[in-house]
Amino acid sequence: MFAHEFMRNAYLAGTFVALACGLIGYFVVLRGQVFAGDALSHVAFTGALAAAAAGIDIRLGLFAATILVALGMGGLGSRSRPDDVVIGSVFAWVLGLGVLFLSLFVNGSSGSDGTAAVRVLFGSILGLSAADARLAAVIAIAAASALLAIARPLLFSSLDPEVARGLGMPVRALGLGFFAILAVVAAEATQAVGALLLLGLLAAPGGAARLLTDNPWRGLAISAAIAVGSTWLGLFLSYEIDSLPAGTAVIGVATAAFAAAALARANLGQVRRIGAR
Amino acid sequence: MRIELAGLSWDLVSDFEQLTTYPFMVQALEAGAIVAVMAGAIGWFMVLRRQTFAGHTLSVIAFPGAAGATLAGLPIALGYFGACGLGALALSLFGRGGREDGIAGESATIGTIQAFGLGLGFLFVVLYGGQLVGLESLLFGTFLGITAGQVQTLFWIAVAVLAVLAVIGRPLLFASVDPGVARAAGVPTRLLDLGFLLLLGAAVAATAQITGALLVFALLVTPPATAQQITARPGPGLALSVGLALAVTWLGLAVAYFSPYPVGFWVTSISFGLYVAVRAARHLYDTRGAGPALETA
Repeated sequence: MFAHEFMRNAYLAGTFVALACGLIGYFVVLRGQVFAGDALSHVAFTGALAAAAAGIDIRLGLFAATILVALGMGGLGSRSRPDDVVIGSVFAWVLGLGVLFLSLFVNGSSGSDGTAAVRVLFGSILGLSAADARLAAVIAIAAASALLAIARPLLFSSLDPEVARGLGMPVRALGLGFFAILAVVAAEATQAVGALLLLGLLAAPGGAARLLTDNPWRGLAISAAIAVGSTWLGLFLSYEIDSLPAGTAVIGVATAAFAAAALARANLGQVRRIGAR
Repeated sequence: MRIELAGLSWDLVSDFEQLTTYPFMVQALEAGAIVAVMAGAIGWFMVLRRQTFAGHTLSVIAFPGAAGATLAGLPIALGYFGACGLGALALSLFGRGGREDGIAGESATIGTIQAFGLGLGFLFVVLYGGQLVGLESLLFGTFLGITAGQVQTLFWIAVAVLAVLAVIGRPLLFASVDPGVARAAGVPTRLLDLGFLLLLGAAVAATAQITGALLVFALLVTPPATAQQITARPGPGLALSVGLALAVTWLGLAVAYFSPYPVGFWVTSISFGLYVAVRAARHLYDTRGAGPALETA
């Protein structure tokens, strides 16, 4: 399998993007902000289209749009925890902008069909060049390090914002910082592996980890492990099974992990209930 | 070979803009009115119940349904309704299943369901032979390519959805505003949750075929959110939400008719502009600390 260069690139980018997604995904789930992550991946999509329509570097548009909107959503929401209605409204408008840029892009470059747009939406982890993969890995490692650097106060302010504020922690700044890192991860993951994989790797590993343990540090590790494991197993499956796209395989494994965690949790609850009787 | 998704290619948006034949506009306005009324009413409850993410997930799940139906050679409408129905069922079963699980668990579950649905859709598209171009029309729709027959079907679906909503409206309102008390009073909150998600799914499936999944979402969220910024009372709020959705849709269609830019852009931009303006006005009106009316709901 590793004789093929595209598989090596996919594993390189996939591993580190999954690591970053798994780490930040745990916080995203703890804070109940999966919707925000979903919205940001679409923002990245719109930003890429805008850059394509304007003829500037796609990566620039992607990162600029995602970080700006992330900070905007953080600012609009109360206590830098944007509520779902704010996210939804911004999201809807961003989608509308996406339609606009898509039409501009298509009208502007005759002969181009929307495959660029589709690529952004679903990504092509198997079509990465060695340089792309290395860049994705470097950005993912940087984002993961930044996250781990603020992990302790962020955990505190995520779990109990009132007490954290009472202790003089900069809850609002932490929230914005968290959003900025999420934006970087979303932008990079969207263009390397697609919005689809991003959402799955944000929600499922974090959700599973939260169900499996109440200890946040263990949860972070489990979440990252599930994300990376799903990516490895998913890539392997899609290599072995011809018609299975990589994205679908990775999401499938991650979803199975989440379902297994929910089952385990339910069983545990039952055991506890019987024990208490 | 089927012509990809009944010719709803997004290239046609620009084609139709050049065509600008009047009957199309009439049908677009009619369909827009039906969609707006339905989305304005359902969306008001959706925003009240804080199920925006669930609503977005349902509108996205329409895509694997359509792709799956195309692959299996079934009518696309069946795929839309089947997928949205299944999605509503899954969201109701797993999403709010454990109430004590709180918002964190809910958000993770919905996200996973959506990602899994999209993954399936991607698989279907690949199996079908990679006709990915139809994807944009699925997501963004072609408002200006609506036939009279589609308008009629849409009308009857809207009547059915609104009738059911009218029947369950009162207990649903109770269950949405104070689920705990409602459950204690014997209101079947879980059944209502499922019923509401199914209604939402039906509305999304019916509309997504015509206006695209993303525009439905815009109409479901922004006008009701604007209305709830203005008033928290259910009656006027619902009326305002429907009125705003209708006005925004028609205005968007009209502006798009005279401009080179797509309907989806105008509808979402006008409604988002309104939302921001109302929020800003409210912010000026309220003294510091008074959040949105329903923040503590």
